[in-house]
This record gives sequence, structure tokens and C-alpha cells, in this order.
Amino acid sequence: MSVLIHIEHINGNIKKNALEAVSYGVAYAEKTGVPAKGIIIGNIADEEINKVGSVGLEKVVKVDGLDYLNHQKVSTILSDVVKNENASSIIFCGSSEGKASGSRLAIKINSGIVTEVIELPSSNNPITLKKKAFSGKGFANIELTNEKNVIVVSTNSFGVHEKQVDCSIETISASSDDDSLKHKSFNRDTEGISLPDAELVVSAGRGLKGSENWGIIEELANALGAATACSKPVSDIGWRPHHEHVGQTGIAISPNLYLAIGISGAIQHLAGVSSSKTIVVINIDSEAPFFKAADYGIVGDAFDVIPRLTAAIKSAKR
Amino acid sequence: MKILVCISSVPDTTTKITFTNNNTEFNSNGVQFVINPNDEFGLTKALHIKERNAGSTVTVIHVGPASNDPIIRKSLAIGADDAVRIDTMANDPIQVANEIAHYIKDNPFDLIITGKESIDYNGAVVPHALGELLGIPSVSPCIGLEISGNEATITGVIDGGSEDLSAILPVIVGGQKGLVEESELRIPNMRGIMQARSKPLKVIASCGFSDCQKIVSYDTPTPKSACKLIDANNVEELVALLQNEAKVI
Repeated sequence: MSVLIHIEHINGNIKKNALEAVSYGVAYAEKTGVPAKGIIIGNIADEEINKVGSVGLEKVVKVDGLDYLNHQKVSTILSDVVKNENASSIIFCGSSEGKASGSRLAIKINSGIVTEVIELPSSNNPITLKKKAFSGKGFANIELTNEKNVIVVSTNSFGVHEKQVDCSIETISASSDDDSLKHKSFNRDTEGISLPDAELVVSAGRGLKGSENWGIIEELANALGAATACSKPVSDIGWRPHHEHVGQTGIAISPNLYLAIGISGAIQHLAGVSSSKTIVVINIDSEAPFFKAADYGIVGDAFDVIPRLTAAIKSAKR
Repeated sequence: MKILVCISSVPDTTTKITFTNNNTEFNSNGVQFVINPNDEFGLTKALHIKERNAGSTVTVIHVGPASNDPIIRKSLAIGADDAVRIDTMANDPIQVANEIAHYIKDNPFDLIITGKESIDYNGAVVPHALGELLGIPSVSPCIGLEISGNEATITGVIDGGSEDLSAILPVIVGGQKGLVEESELRIPNMRGIMQARSKPLKVIASCGFSDCQKIVSYDTPTPKSACKLIDANNVEELVALLQNEAKVI
């Protein structure tokens, strides 16, 4: 029995939520007295891989020989490593790639799978995992019956736990001639900070009155080093791109700070942000339901308040 | 071309979620159940593709009990040609994927469209598990799909952006908003509703796949304590609180 942690990377860097998956796997292995090993597939420098030593992982298997990865290739390689390592729990980070590879792996190795897991198992034999459910409006505690399990950790839920150890890397090679899904191109959503794993988010809605007014939001986001987001109505009418839509039918996020400007706080929107650590609401309407779900609030006109807030943040940073 | 659209039944988005029986059951009292919103984008996309490829059909499949027939009839009213219901409770994503795969093995399709995830359990597992069981590619979340002959050009969502891919049919995609626009979503009209009554809704037995998991209990999120209001003229105070009290900047 052992814990195997799939470590995702992008553009030569280990993803932040991958370090979170490592923290989870290391903690789980320690709690159950079994070894933990990481697995990282593709083109990435050893120097970068060693960063997992800062979150307590001592052993990593690097699989090279593959340029372009899709989740079919990843899950095939992982199923071999699961066998070789006698892994009983396989941990993935909460990206859509993690859910894809994790799902395929679960079928290959006949394991159970739970996604959006927020904490370590509450029991073992059988394993019980708590996951986010109802798009942020609840949690479900799931008991798995199979011997092996795939755990996909919800982004920014367990956190990255620092623990310095020496990390050793074993390199193996793999190849794949599966080209059933051919890659053509990547398109970036934004040159700014990517929303799904941003720690700070500035979001705005209909209160901004028109897409031409978003400059003040973007300036505030820049001053904070935050990603930008929006409510469903402004995404539906095309003021903002779809990938910014946060809510029950958009994306769910759990940043450290969610700053909502000119958003009333409908139940569907709240669902998408309910696990944010700190929520700040700025709205001209003191009756806006969002204030009930906020930690801090300002009742005021966004066009007046936001530029002054941006200035205050810039001077606080100096 | 034969297109299969997989739909699930979920509580409507305005539902206040509560649990009963000592938090061991979802409280469905007074809850309106609807077609999973992500599945609706897939259903409209399937109809667009059908209209561009003469002789194509759109079949809807649902894993669930007879009490879910109304949402299946709604998908027929929206424009699907026929429907299949696998008569068993949908208890876990591996079980659901196996039931659907079992049906597809005897009834092949060129294109299978699911939702990227259901808004009740947020699994995001079914499209990929189904792809693995059938040995075909799966792209989910999917925000773009064009079919030309037997080739699919697919746009999938990845961290920080999207990826353009191509594959030879059959493929599976998991739809979300963006696969079609919200404004393009097909809704049932009177004619559709009338026609839906006579479109085939075949009920088939479960393949007997055992569940891999069970929900032992639920929890509700901890509500926030009272909001601290700051005067609009004193934004500096908010900045100080965020730095020193909340420690988020």
C-alpha cells in the first residue's frame, strides 16, 4: 500500500494546486503509515521538480520521453506506475486535467474516485472523503468500497503545507503512439492572472452599467495582483468573456480574497464563491443580499469608491 | 450521424439546499428538478449538428427512475428524436458511466455529449470514465465542437485557457456554457411539446453494475458572521483590515 501523487506542471513550472495535492498526499501517507511517492510526466527540469521537497515529498518518479500529453496517455502511464508501486491511493490536483486523468485511471485500475475533496479522509477501511457538492451550497461525505481510491483535491481547500525535506528523483522513460486525440493549438484566456487558481479575485456585475466601464475594475485588479471575474448576467450579454463567469453554472472558485463590486448576490452566484476565505462587497444598494454573505462591505457608488480604493492599495504597497 | 446526449436530473439553481434525517438525506421536499444546465448546452449543440448533417438523429439517455420521465419528455420537446431511460437510481459516476457504456456497446453512436459535470454532485467524472470504458477520446469541459464528415474539431478548457484538438469519430464531449451561447439555448414550443408525447421513450433494465460508493452524510457550509461595514469615505480602513485582520493582502 502506498500513496502516489500525480504532479501537474505547465510551461516548465509545477502548478500551485499540484503542490497542494503533494501536501495532501504527504499528510495522508504520514497519517496512515505508508510511503508517498510523486510522479511527474513530461518535459520539466529536475531543478523545478525538487520544489516538492519544500512540501515534504522525498521521492519522485520522473517519466520522460513524451512531448505532448493528453489524459489518455497520462492515465495509461499512471496505471503502470500504480502497479509497480503497489499504490492504493492516487492523488490528483483539482484541475480539469486532474479530473480527466483521474477518472480514466479509476476505470483502468477499478478504483473508486471522489473529486473536489477538501480534507483528509475522516475514516479508513472503508475510506470516507468529504467533497464539495451542490456547486458550493453543501458537502457530501462519501464512503468508497473499492480497495484502491483516486482522490482529486479541490483547489485552495487543503492548502500548501511547507515542510522541508530532501527530494530524490528517479527517471524512467515511456513512449506512446496513441494519437487518437491530436493537439492543434493552445489559446490563453488572458495575459493576466488565471482565474481558477488565483488567490485574489476582483469581480464585478451589472452595477458597472456597461462593458466600457470595466477599466476601474482592471486597474484595481492590477494594483492587487488579482484575477478578474464577473457575474452571470454580464457574461451572458457579452460584457465580459465566459471564462470570467463565476457561479453555479460558471466556475466555482475559492480564493483568499473575493472582492465583489456591483453584484447583488443571487444564490447561484454565492454558490460559486461561498468557499472564499474573505469576501468584500461593494454595492450602492444597502439591501443587496450579498452583504449577508460578506466579511466586509462598503455601501457606496463603485465609480466613486473603486478608484479611491485602488489608490489606497497602491500607497499601502509602497 | 447518430448523436447521443446524456442528461441528468438536478435541483433547479434557485433551490435552497437542505438535508433531512439527521443530515443523511437530501431534502427534496418542494424542490423543482430540471435538466442539468450543462447538459442543455449539449442538447442544443446536438440539434445544431443534426440540422447540418441530413439523416442524423439525436437520442437522449438518462439513468434514473420513472419519476424523472418529465425531464426526458422535456428534452424530446426541445427536439431530440427519441429517448432511453435506464431504470435504476444514479448513485455514483462510475456506476452511471458503466450503465451508459453497456447500452452504447449494443447501440453505437458517432458522437456522445454529456455535461462537463452535474451541478448537484460536481463529479466531472462521467464523460471521461465513459471514454475509458468505450476506448474513445473524451474532451471535457468542451466549449467548441465542429463536425466535418467523420472528423471532429474540438475546443477543450484547460488551466488558463483552451486547447484546439481533433479526433476521428466517435468521441465524447462534456458541454458547458460556451459550447453554445445562453441566448441560443433551444426551449420547447407548443409543437415540440405535442410531438414529444408520441416520440419513443424506451425503458431498459439496469446492467446490474454494483455501486462503488455511498453518501453517508451531508454538511452545510458555515454561514459567515456579520458583515463589518466600512464608511465609503474611509477606504484606507478596508485596506488596513484586509492587511492586518484578514491578512489576505
